[in-house]
Amino acid sequence: MTDPEMGDVVYIHDIPAERPWSRVLKRGQTLRIIDSEGQQAVDALLYSAADTAERYSAQDTLRVQGAAYVELGTQLISNRGRVMARITADTCGRHDTSAGCCSCESNAVRFGEATKYQHACRENFILELSRHGLTKRDIVSNLNFFMNVPIDPAGNFTVVDGISAPGNHVDVTAEMDVLFVISNCPQVNNPCNGFNPTPIRVEIRDAPEP
Amino acid sequence: MTEEAKVQMAEANRRRYEELRAAGQELTPKGLPEATALDGAPIAPDAVVLREQVPAGWYATFRLHRGESLRIVDDTGCCSVSLIAWREEDTSERINCADTVKVQWSAALSKGRVILSDMGRVMLSLVEDTGGVHDLLVGGSTPASTIAAFGTVKRNTHENFLAAASKVGLDVRDIPPCVTFFAPVSLDDAGRFVWNASRKQPGDFVDLRAEMNLVVVASNCAHPLDPARPMATGPVTVIKHRAQLAAADDLCRTASPEAARAFAFTDRLFA
Repeated sequence: MTDPEMGDVVYIHDIPAERPWSRVLKRGQTLRIIDSEGQQAVDALLYSAADTAERYSAQDTLRVQGAAYVELGTQLISNRGRVMARITADTCGRHDTSAGCCSCESNAVRFGEATKYQHACRENFILELSRHGLTKRDIVSNLNFFMNVPIDPAGNFTVVDGISAPGNHVDVTAEMDVLFVISNCPQVNNPCNGFNPTPIRVEIRDAPEP
Repeated sequence: MTEEAKVQMAEANRRRYEELRAAGQELTPKGLPEATALDGAPIAPDAVVLREQVPAGWYATFRLHRGESLRIVDDTGCCSVSLIAWREEDTSERINCADTVKVQWSAALSKGRVILSDMGRVMLSLVEDTGGVHDLLVGGSTPASTIAAFGTVKRNTHENFLAAASKVGLDVRDIPPCVTFFAPVSLDDAGRFVWNASRKQPGDFVDLRAEMNLVVVASNCAHPLDPARPMATGPVTVIKHRAQLAAADDLCRTASPEAARAFAFTDRLFA
């Protein structure tokens, strides 16, 4: 698993369908998120490992970029205006950061009260963040890798079928030490997971030798 | 669950999703009311609780009880006002722009729409709105955005929110993504943000009715995409006034099935 331009793989983990995950990425390390079976949304939050009050900010990211979608080259900006990470490879093409994560409470509003007792990304985030001393108030608007949410000029906003194929991946290279938190999205009420949540794989590579 | 049952459930969920989408993007927008006239919706003098003029670059914090409204007036037509809100009794419940957009199937706020909390409840209803041009995606100005624009840090919305949060015992962790009123941001076909300056006019106003008890912060700083900066400044007038609780036939409550559910869940807080 050695790629001279990529650095050594130091960590591989399969995240089961519907489950959370987190790990600290050292500055220079690259996290590869692989949509193992395709059409699987991956919700993600980033916090500065040195001071978790500094965290990923969707609005700062979109303002700096001047455009609404996350893609190759996008800088992920913190609430203090600093670059936390960059998208350094992408075989999918487009990712969302405006739709937030699903929650029991928003599912009940969107899809009816019968969906309130279904597992949701916010449950995952709350549980995973609790391991790091963080709570619901620390959950901000997140990244949705492999989630396709076109916004048209009139403002229409639709979660449509995921465009990621099995094995598609996105690489996120850390520009500071970051706590990277993932919820492998359990949503079954819209097309973001093809109505069938599946496992994903994460790999971490060290920075390449200089 | 058998594979066959899984497939059937997936198909049923897809059908429901398509029905909800069609209702949310085709039916609901047709039922939304016309914009408020610039000289419309006068506030009865005895309904006014307080009136405040917020100077350019500054912020003000308001406590609103359920049924009270905040009117924000862009007196000069060149301001934008960024806003965040917390539920007074539990400040971990706060404005959620992503859910606001997702649940209403639209990033465009206008009269008849609502602003949701992260708990599936309505915080604020947009009961009057002259312009219908507001931003939920890009957010307010920050130290970095003012450095990028002016080469130096100017007064900005992020620091205003920090100061306001601190004065009610909260901190940077409590600052959610914000909504910005009088900020005509749209997307072009390539997904780039566009500023539609012609859609702003002097005297534009919104009436935001509180559907729960709230602490609201309004920051009067130029939107970071406004090409008219740094001249895009002036005072805004904010009027807190008594309004009616949302009735069964309220225009925001009845705008969509999603809104009706969000109102019903909010009502339970006060049942």
